[in-house]
Amino acid sequence: MHSFWAVFKRELKSYFTTPLAYVFLVIFLFFSGYLTFKQGFFEAEQADMQAFFMNLPLLFIFMVPATAMRLWAEERKSGSIELLLTLPVTVVQAVLGKFFAAWVFLAIALALTFPMVITVCYLGEPDIGPIVTGYLGSWLMAGGFLAIGCFFSAVSKNQVISFVLSVVACAVLVFAGMPTTLNYLSTFLPAGLISAVESMSFRQHFESIQRGVLQFSDLSYFVLLIIGWIVASTVVLEERKAS
Amino acid sequence: MIQVKELRRSFGPVVAVDGISFEAGKGEVLGLLGPNGAGKTTAMRMLACFIQPDSGTASVCGHDILRQPVEVRRCLGYLAENSPAYGEMTVGSFLDFVCDVRRINGGKRKQALDRIVPMCSIDSVYHQSIETLSKGYKRRVGLAQALIHDPDVLILDEPTDGLDPNQKHEVRALISKMAKDKCIIVSTHILEEVEAVCSRTIIISEGRVLVDSTPDYLKQKHQCSLDEVFRKITRGKSR
Repeated sequence: MHSFWAVFKRELKSYFTTPLAYVFLVIFLFFSGYLTFKQGFFEAEQADMQAFFMNLPLLFIFMVPATAMRLWAEERKSGSIELLLTLPVTVVQAVLGKFFAAWVFLAIALALTFPMVITVCYLGEPDIGPIVTGYLGSWLMAGGFLAIGCFFSAVSKNQVISFVLSVVACAVLVFAGMPTTLNYLSTFLPAGLISAVESMSFRQHFESIQRGVLQFSDLSYFVLLIIGWIVASTVVLEERKAS
Repeated sequence: MIQVKELRRSFGPVVAVDGISFEAGKGEVLGLLGPNGAGKTTAMRMLACFIQPDSGTASVCGHDILRQPVEVRRCLGYLAENSPAYGEMTVGSFLDFVCDVRRINGGKRKQALDRIVPMCSIDSVYHQSIETLSKGYKRRVGLAQALIHDPDVLILDEPTDGLDPNQKHEVRALISKMAKDKCIIVSTHILEEVEAVCSRTIIISEGRVLVDSTPDYLKQKHQCSLDEVFRKITRGKSR
């Protein structure tokens, strides 16, 4: 367990010792605010954060792979993976340590959007439940994207390649659930497959959590997604660490 | 303390290590010699449990590298080729990280750092980030990392590569000083280093052990310098 904590601590610190964290936070906070107001936050005259949460999947498609791409690609490129994995650390501990550090970093980014909550509370009397579950859903979704990014970072030594591959994978998972995509697919696919595609997509699960409905199926979707991609990362890394 | 039995590893069609076996005990400094691509680094990486052998096994301090890789790494100090480290960290925070992983805490950590920092002469760069250091200092930080838990077994992959003559001398003196109560494996292709520090030498070529002897015996047997012995043995093999 101490090895996990050591890796976790080092990784989380490393975000803040490089400019990465600050660049990421500034851009993320700017766009999350900008998109919310562009969406018509004031015009809607509703004291909720729908407009804010709605745009997060789109923003995460680019921002989360940017956080994840360095996790293993950099480590393999610089050779420091040889140092890390000859210390008394198992691959699983290292993968989990790095994943949770990045996930906590994303939690910090989400927490820094608190002025949105204050704005909504100042302007009206919002229902706190959906706001809390909205944040929870966003964080789980970020975890899903991050696990995908972690996998592609382990696949390639090149950070740009791992970034592009994870953006595509995340985009597929988000856009597969869009009504336009589903309408198009329904022209040639049977209904059973359409609903399978729909339930595989982030969108449906995220939206129901964000509305304030915490269902076991939605939570388990994200948890299984994260576990699956993390296991895949571990297997790939075990295989490719020395190549 | 180290027992290697028929270790074999290939990368695709290339056989990097082809069934090497040897043993090394306490107080021994074993020089692993060989031309480039002979399989020295691969053999050391397998001993440090970074890569797994295709067949064969080895044990370090009684722990099997296949079944107890974490225990092996715990009692082992390993300096990889080019001494990789995290460039953005300062030397101090990097050593703290290694202490965290190796469970050296509290007073013990202070003791370990007080011992290792002057020993590797890195006091002057302690607060500097690693990416700004010269090659020689980076190598010393790598050494400090490998020695911080005072391991029984040390595996050093080309520890003096890229160092200036003074630094080379210091590192060799350090190795000789520690030799008494540790088992040390050093890979190198600098033959004077073998003469200076090694009590025994193994010459590897194309993944196989060609010679396992002492440097003095080799010189006597072939009646020439170690340089020539090395050439005779490895070239004779490739012809």
